[in-house]
Amino acid sequence: MEYVILLISTVLINNIVLAKFLGICPFLGVSKSSSTALGMGVAVIFVMTISTVFTWLVYTYLLLPLDLSYLQTVTYILVIAFLVQVVEIVMKKVSPELYQALGVYLPLITTNCTILGVAILVVQNDFNLLKSVVFAIGNSVGFTLAIVIFSSIREQMDMAEGMPAWMKGTPAALITAGILAMAFMGFAGLV
Amino acid sequence: MEKTLTTRENLLKGIFRENPTLVLLLGCCPTLGVTSSASNAIGMGLATLFVLVMSNLAISLVKNVIPDKVRIPSFIVIIAAFVTVVQLLMEAYTPALFAQLGLFIPLIVVNCIVLGRAEAFASRYSAGASVIDGLGMGLGFTLALLLLGSVREVLGSLSWFGMKLSDSDGMLVFVLAPGAFITLGFIIAIMNGLKKQKS
Repeated sequence: MEYVILLISTVLINNIVLAKFLGICPFLGVSKSSSTALGMGVAVIFVMTISTVFTWLVYTYLLLPLDLSYLQTVTYILVIAFLVQVVEIVMKKVSPELYQALGVYLPLITTNCTILGVAILVVQNDFNLLKSVVFAIGNSVGFTLAIVIFSSIREQMDMAEGMPAWMKGTPAALITAGILAMAFMGFAGLV
Repeated sequence: MEKTLTTRENLLKGIFRENPTLVLLLGCCPTLGVTSSASNAIGMGLATLFVLVMSNLAISLVKNVIPDKVRIPSFIVIIAAFVTVVQLLMEAYTPALFAQLGLFIPLIVVNCIVLGRAEAFASRYSAGASVIDGLGMGLGFTLALLLLGSVREVLGSLSWFGMKLSDSDGMLVFVLAPGAFITLGFIIAIMNGLKKQKS
């Protein structure tokens, strides 16, 4: 039950993009069409789950016993960059179709701050391994949900007429995101 | 090494023409995440400024030693080292601010501004010019954060740097998440409008 609540709270209530402001760059950059948004979302779910497991293991069994926890940031970013490369190579060999669909998004993910952010949050919250995995899945599904909804709205907005020129593009997208964040605040009393 | 910019132009480009936040839209996560008050915005801005200047300096000094193929990973490690320095310093000397900014301090590593300047500027120009570039970009980032933080604090809690301007309550929504998106959206819209008028 605890895990179900954690899942609901990370997907809806404390949505990583709309409430915690992580991963805004891909959220604004890769949301022009809903199919690319979905691709990015799936790639994030995949990488975040794997990288959270690995960073958790590295922290618990390497950094903590050696008393090196101040190296956390440096180690994590290297582990994540390394994992993204490995995932890319393995995916290319094992499933070329999946690679075709997600390949372009993978290199972008290294600098996606949701991945590093979740890895650090897991340590800050003292989660055990299973809880960390649930937390990572919840957050990445939340990211996917937000970016897919947002991109569908933007697709509709592009067809709208009569928007003043200075509002087009980024300003309109940001204000839409604001209204979307407001809608997500409605989930606040859910759990 | 071509050098076409004067020092003054080099410093000012980061603040106005190539402002990283308002014009190039880089580093959006801390921009939105920590600007619920003006003092948080300044703290985050200065932390990033320090990392930018130091990493630009270090990278421009070692740029000839690093093989081209492992350029990006090396830059990231250098940046991460300086971020750890900031993190430890802030934890020791400004624990209250550190607690407020929380997760966003380690996340300076993945702030696109820092890596962007390393790749676009520090890896090509001399150490002196790179420091000025880092200073200009850092100041531009800090000023943009301060603007956003001030607007949000004044509208959201009717105070500025913690000083109450009025006893009544502000519009809470500007302190919360939606207000961040909406305020930044309007600031960029106004800048677009001004640019159109000029040309």
